[in-house]
Amino acid sequence: MSAEVEEQEKKRELRSYIVGFVLAISLTALAFLVVAADLQTSTAYVVIGIAALAQVVVHFRFFLHISWQRSTRDDLQLILFTTLIIILMAGGTIWILNNLHHRMM
Amino acid sequence: MSTAARNRHPGINLGNTDPHTHAQAEETLFGFWVFLMSDLVLFALLFATYASMIGATDGGPGPKDVFELSSAAIETGVLLLSSLTMGMASIAMKYKEHPTRLYGWLGVTLLLGLVFLGLEAHDFVKMASEGATPQRSGWLSSFYALVSTHGLHVLAGCIWLTISIIQLAVFGLRSEVKLRIMRLSLFWHLLDVVWIFIFSVVYLGGLA
Repeated sequence: MSAEVEEQEKKRELRSYIVGFVLAISLTALAFLVVAADLQTSTAYVVIGIAALAQVVVHFRFFLHISWQRSTRDDLQLILFTTLIIILMAGGTIWILNNLHHRMM
Repeated sequence: MSTAARNRHPGINLGNTDPHTHAQAEETLFGFWVFLMSDLVLFALLFATYASMIGATDGGPGPKDVFELSSAAIETGVLLLSSLTMGMASIAMKYKEHPTRLYGWLGVTLLLGLVFLGLEAHDFVKMASEGATPQRSGWLSSFYALVSTHGLHVLAGCIWLTISIIQLAVFGLRSEVKLRIMRLSLFWHLLDVVWIFIFSVVYLGGLA
């Protein structure tokens, strides 16, 4: 019984890694292809941005096994809080320095 | 009792395969997770610095002069593949597969990490030979600060991998060794997440 459950769990975890890897490779390839194909710069930025965010989600979901289920919610909250801090600090830095740059021109 | 022990932390959970270590893992891995998140803030600020330095080339070489799409693509592939092999190592450890498998996957991960570092060093040397040194412009300073901080993390990961392999050989699969490898695996996966931002913002953003 227990060995059977273990076997199923192992299959599930293996699948998670392989699905994650295939998704991550596809998103990476998409982003690189957009640049290699020399698309219009603004279109390329949008595609690269979306692909990057999607790939981050894929990595967290399939490699780090973060999900909405109750037991990993603390970890998810920590990630979301870190994201908030990053948006405030990095976003704020970029905003203020760009503003300063324009004023200095 | 439920069929599968509940997940207590990010990454591969030992669950019923080693209930004793699994109980310890919750605290240990959560603490490490807090460190990883603060590390992420460090990288975010280096990214913010980089973003505000885009265009500040002072007449020196810019992204299109020094970056090569192919070498960024190869580095990305190598690092992504090493994330997969690290995952395979975690699974081999959890299900107590034959030790050679665990050694094998850890060894392949170490090798891919070293290949990545070699490729990056090669890029840096090539850039420097074209006059793109850190002191040339604000953009290049922030580029080297950001990308080599990631490189240093990968180097630390490689040293950690080497130590893990030695500990495995000396102590066997003890609780402490397992917990260390589980933390190493989180560290390694997170470095790959940081690399997504590096290749998207720095390399692809610079070449698009």
